[in-house]
Amino acid sequence: MNFGELTSLLTETFGEGLMLASHTQHLQPQLQVAPERLLEVTEFLKRHPSCYFDTLSCLTAIDNGPEKGTMEVIYHLYSIPFHHSLVLKIEIPRTEPRVESLSAVWRTAEWHEREAYDFFGITFLHHPDLRRILLPADWEGFPLRKDYTEQEYYHGIKVRY
Amino acid sequence: MQSLLDHKFEQGGVILTSVEDVLNWARLSSLFPMGFGIACCAIEMMSAFASSYDLDRFGVLMRTSPRQSDVIIIAGTVTFKMADRIKRLYDQMPEPRYVISMGSCSNCGGPYWEHGYHVVKGVDRVIPVDVYVPGCPPRPEALIGGILKLQEKIRKETLRAPLAALELQKLEQA
Repeated sequence: MNFGELTSLLTETFGEGLMLASHTQHLQPQLQVAPERLLEVTEFLKRHPSCYFDTLSCLTAIDNGPEKGTMEVIYHLYSIPFHHSLVLKIEIPRTEPRVESLSAVWRTAEWHEREAYDFFGITFLHHPDLRRILLPADWEGFPLRKDYTEQEYYHGIKVRY
Repeated sequence: MQSLLDHKFEQGGVILTSVEDVLNWARLSSLFPMGFGIACCAIEMMSAFASSYDLDRFGVLMRTSPRQSDVIIIAGTVTFKMADRIKRLYDQMPEPRYVISMGSCSNCGGPYWEHGYHVVKGVDRVIPVDVYVPGCPPRPEALIGGILKLQEKIRKETLRAPLAALELQKLEQA
């Protein structure tokens, strides 16, 4: 299925209100959905016999900065038997970034979400084990946020050059 | 630089020397580094240990335990997460112990000096360093040069004021 067929299938199933935006000018067309509908949409995309997105290739987060006040989470889906792919995107407020975890749908999401939590501080609801994955557990702040400033000392070692 | 064994000993098989010289000679001729590498510098370090550069000819061979090692080669990027572990490994080494900082990252933070929030800007903020080897990464020749420099340093050790004691004194004053 190509992007057009996928979007029409999704509108048929979930109605017109599902898609907040779609960007087709990129190499990989994107589809923006409401964060609260993410779980049911991804469940559908995985189970539906003509979609069968059995792989979550990648999960990325973007911080749009304090002026815009939003963060984005981007999901790259791929179907191994049908060899088609889809990029899903959600936008969440920056002050309290939280979104439903997809680790129940794809186990791959578990560690990817921990990484996004580690660097952006996005809370993934109903995640089985949401803690830092790369940085030490007692690290302060979320380094890939636009307004991040590093702590002065870590365990008595000066952090700045 | 002439070592003890470069001399000819012909008169009755008696060698007259000082305890210090014998101790220093013994120590510098069998420097055992810890089998420990952190990043890409460790690849060059392994190459220096392998057949074409063969550090064994200087009496340098790896030990797998900090308790059996004389020197620790910090070969790679020291992150804050790793810094605690390095400190612990260093504390486990028996004295006299020496530290070679290999490569830009462990010398001063290297390419991460400005935006690398996760990198310690020089391993000397964690443990005292005896020899710095510059490079990114240094070639095996440069590491061998660093080891020869350390041997020179050990050759000048005295029992009255061991380098380790001086380091400790400096640390306490700071």
